[in-house]
Amino acid sequence: MSWTELLPALRAGDPLALSRLISRVENQGSEKVQIMKTVFAWTGKAYIVGLTGPPGAGKSTITNGLVELLAEKGLKVGVVCVDPSSPFSGGAFLGDRIRMTSLDAKPGVFIRSLASRGSLGGLSAAAKDVVQLLDAAGKDVVLIETVGMGQVGDEIKKLADTTVLVTVPGLGDGIQTFKAGIMEIADIFIVNKAEREGADETVRDLEMMLSEVEPKKWRPRVLKTCALRKEGLEELWESLQEHRRLLEQSGQWMAQRRNRANTILLENSKEHVLEKFQRELEKDELLLGMRRRVDEGSLDPYTAALFISEYFLANRT
Amino acid sequence: MSRKIKVLMAKLGLDIHWRGAVAVSRMLRDAGMEVVYLGNQFPEEIINAAIQEDADVVGLSTLGGNHAVLGPKVVRLLREKGMGDVLVLMGGVIPRDDMPALKKAGIAEVFGPETQIQEIVDFIHANLKKASAAS
Repeated sequence: MSWTELLPALRAGDPLALSRLISRVENQGSEKVQIMKTVFAWTGKAYIVGLTGPPGAGKSTITNGLVELLAEKGLKVGVVCVDPSSPFSGGAFLGDRIRMTSLDAKPGVFIRSLASRGSLGGLSAAAKDVVQLLDAAGKDVVLIETVGMGQVGDEIKKLADTTVLVTVPGLGDGIQTFKAGIMEIADIFIVNKAEREGADETVRDLEMMLSEVEPKKWRPRVLKTCALRKEGLEELWESLQEHRRLLEQSGQWMAQRRNRANTILLENSKEHVLEKFQRELEKDELLLGMRRRVDEGSLDPYTAALFISEYFLANRT
Repeated sequence: MSRKIKVLMAKLGLDIHWRGAVAVSRMLRDAGMEVVYLGNQFPEEIINAAIQEDADVVGLSTLGGNHAVLGPKVVRLLREKGMGDVLVLMGGVIPRDDMPALKKAGIAEVFGPETQIQEIVDFIHANLKKASAAS
């Protein structure tokens, strides 16, 4: 079936059409740009929430509980779970879905597991496109679960309206909270497995850290959950909605949609240029000559790189 | 196109023997495939997951004697939902006498406990039905 035939079914909420379109985009099919530019006009409505945090903190279990709650409220929910690809075999073991088996039968819920395929930063290269497709398919809320990670992860911030950091008691003392990076990107902090010893201490450390940063319009919330027992999830949804309302009132909601379009613009431009560059690099005699000279050792790679990039840009037409 | 073979691995019904399914999942991962591990699930839910993941292969692990009913049901539901091009494989302890009926019902191959992983990998590469899937 051609991609154009899948579009009406996508708009009607057919999961198979959505799924097949995701595959074509994820696999960098020749029709990828056509698909994405057609669905772009239908995007911008979904509320996009990112969940990040160390492996084993409970991101998938929280996602499961939250999606159950939202489905009961009659909301249509899309979930994107990213797990790492092996740098050696290129394969992946995608193990988030096993925490969400109660959602396999829920109408309106669509879960897609993605392998990171070499992408750093906790997402996969296709994640932002998959989010766009879920948005275009009419999902009210899209949850993105990143690769389990610790201290980086600004990619999710670019994509999500609200970023949630999931942590657990006992991962380290208060010093960890002073470190730059992931602590600065979260709008909501969750201390999961809150029945464990040290939960209140972790909450206190986070609150302390937050009290020392310059006050902004939104003061990040710190919540306790026990996701396996489905405790604290209503409160999480309340905080998410509160944050969303603030985004809408302050104009940030629209600004984030413009930012996202801008990110797509920049990343796709880079991709197109890089593709063209790589093709040139394979066939242009002068560029090949430069590479040979570096191979032989008669030219250093820094000088060659400068020459190659300037030559490529000068001859780009 | 940077196509990866996507495998959905599930244990049929209430069967608790997880080690085999996890071991095969790991080995398929090492063969460069993307394996979604679903754990225990019943046919209807397996189908929903297969649709959402756009699986090329569905692997069903069974050691509990429910293969004769639930296996063919997975194939039938896949066909009903327009996913007849998915390769359905079965593994576990399955009596030799049951194999013809399973194959007749559309299970592409049944792998017993003695199977070498390379056999499964080769079988998948040789028999992928989806037009879009490449090695």
